[in-house]
Amino acid sequence: MSSPKTLFDKIWENHLVDVQDDGTCLLYIDRHLVHEVTSPQAFEGLKNAGRKVRRPDLTLAVPDHNVPTTDRTKTIENEEGRIQVETLQKNCKEFGVPLFDLQDIRQGVVHIIGPEQGFTLPGTTTVCGDSHTATHGAFGSLAFGIGTSEVEHVLATQTLLQSPLKNMRITVEGALPEACTAKDLVLALIGKIGTAGGTGYVIEFTGQAIRDLSMEGRMTVCNMTIEGGARAGLIAPDQTTFDYLMGRPMSPKAGAWEQAVEFWKTLPSDEGAVYDKEVTLDVSEIVPQVTWGTSPEDVAPITGNVPYPADFADPGKQQAAQASLDYMGLKAGMAMQEVVIDTVFIGSCTNGRIEDIRAAAEVAKGRKVADGVRALVVPGSGLVKEQAEEEGLDKILVESGFEWRDPGCSMCLAMNDDRLEPGQRCASTSNRNFKGRQGFGGRTHLVSPAMAAAAAVSGHLADVRDL
Amino acid sequence: MEKFDKLTGVAAPMNMINVDTDMIIPKNFLKTIKRSGLGRNLFDEMRFDRDGNENPDFVLNKPAYRKAQIIVAGDNFGCGSSREHAPWALLDFGIRCVISTSFADIFYNNCFKNGILPIKVSKEDLDNLMDDAERGANATLSIDLENQTIEGPDGGTVTFGIDAFKKHLLLNGLDDVGLTLQKADKVDSFEDKQKASQPWIAGAATV
Ligand code: SF4
Repeated sequence: MSSPKTLFDKIWENHLVDVQDDGTCLLYIDRHLVHEVTSPQAFEGLKNAGRKVRRPDLTLAVPDHNVPTTDRTKTIENEEGRIQVETLQKNCKEFGVPLFDLQDIRQGVVHIIGPEQGFTLPGTTTVCGDSHTATHGAFGSLAFGIGTSEVEHVLATQTLLQSPLKNMRITVEGALPEACTAKDLVLALIGKIGTAGGTGYVIEFTGQAIRDLSMEGRMTVCNMTIEGGARAGLIAPDQTTFDYLMGRPMSPKAGAWEQAVEFWKTLPSDEGAVYDKEVTLDVSEIVPQVTWGTSPEDVAPITGNVPYPADFADPGKQQAAQASLDYMGLKAGMAMQEVVIDTVFIGSCTNGRIEDIRAAAEVAKGRKVADGVRALVVPGSGLVKEQAEEEGLDKILVESGFEWRDPGCSMCLAMNDDRLEPGQRCASTSNRNFKGRQGFGGRTHLVSPAMAAAAAVSGHLADVRDL
Repeated sequence: MEKFDKLTGVAAPMNMINVDTDMIIPKNFLKTIKRSGLGRNLFDEMRFDRDGNENPDFVLNKPAYRKAQIIVAGDNFGCGSSREHAPWALLDFGIRCVISTSFADIFYNNCFKNGILPIKVSKEDLDNLMDDAERGANATLSIDLENQTIEGPDGGTVTFGIDAFKKHLLLNGLDDVGLTLQKADKVDSFEDKQKASQPWIAGAATV
């Protein structure tokens, strides 16, 4: 009998086309998602070399990073953004790649639409020219972010050159306390392992707290694996996964469905499989998490305080913490709940799904956005928006003073007009709090959707449990 | 892609950890549809103030380092977004080599696809190289990829490790796509097998 294998090992071995003498592997790619920012130069490369897209049927394109979140019928005002979107449209037409265009209700953030359509499937390899491709790992798909040269390589060959990765298992024990979400779980985890903790690894998440999560929550966790430095995050497919996928437009159809589920059930890691590294985290005692600095590892409980740089042992980290505090305009030692915000962003591929909008609406209901706070809700896709509207969530949010927008990446990275001005401070459900990420000079505090809504109605970072 | 074999050039010290790709090329410059021209915005938010004036304290604005071809930096260089605009911007500015104790995976791989050599060294070697790089006009390092060595201004030599295949591609300036297309028959037979065992994979995306 062969030795016990991890989920990662199984998917990897299943997709090996070739192994070079030095161990570099040529991996087959089952699913390729394409957006307007990282693809133009890849298509340019194909054109220059007279090459074709090998498998348009395994490729799905969508504009999301640059798209306006207000009136879609107008053209995009920003010229460069418009050119990128138009270039994507042109390239998809020329190369025969399926595209969910701006007016299509299925348009949305690339990592939201893949799962929503059933394009993302267990046991597959998924790539996209975007680091948060890790999101798709929630389905037990080995999903990597790749660079534009690799996008070109996948378009032309449907394969990717990869060195083997190491296995890490993170076991998340305990039941998440009330008011704590997948976002709090993953922030607490990054606070523990650091932004380089996963470098060189694929992280498989297991344990009770993970099994208890919905697919939406699992996607939030895998989405931010990349903030922990890992190449990809994985969660073994189970009944929750199958239930989510059944009947989706691109999921296997009846007949193939049963065969697919049979196969997917063979994917979970074998008993006794060996991991190169093991981490355990107990989440039964955590409280809602927030970030205070400019790295996703700068995490504190909402009941805590901004740390003193001297609290850190490492001199590099001390320096980085001081620089973070200066940039963030925070005083060491102040309570997190004293941090006054002027902007709230609820959306992104981390937290732009229906469950997230529901959580925000639940907090917003019967309350008002605080004076001087601008609060945006940007659904992750046209279909999420439609469902939220069917449930009346948009009305609750708008009545509370939130702005209800069209889908896109929006203020997650501020490539469109949704951005912070210098010095503005935002409670954001996105995944990165880097300097300037949400606009030049803007300050970001990462939180869950419920915590973002709590900040919106309080005017400062607030503990949603106290509302 | 330009070959990389030997390089002798000025090394600029960036003594900080977690230099992320947002710092290397802020996202407002990602809207290009070409690979060239990004060098003028390399490290834009650190190099220039809001009005576009140079920040005289930033290393690449100092006279000795304006033509730097090498960057020596702290841990976890290139973390953050996977944007390949980061290596494009470095390359367009003239940077052909980055030396650090560690790199973010995606950035590391992207360097090789663009003719940039990322070199991983030990903490001790990095400290010495950082000292070398801090010598302004004398901050010259000589890199020899074939022999995997870095020679400092005083003649001291550091050796470094590198994956043999990546080295081969850089030394010969080889394009990955062309190499893989030569294996088309292997890809064909993989697809045939997959079609039989997992028929639901093909034909998924339609509009
Ligand atoms: S929502 Fe943010 S993290 Fe997700 S794909 Fe868009 S820009 Fe990237």
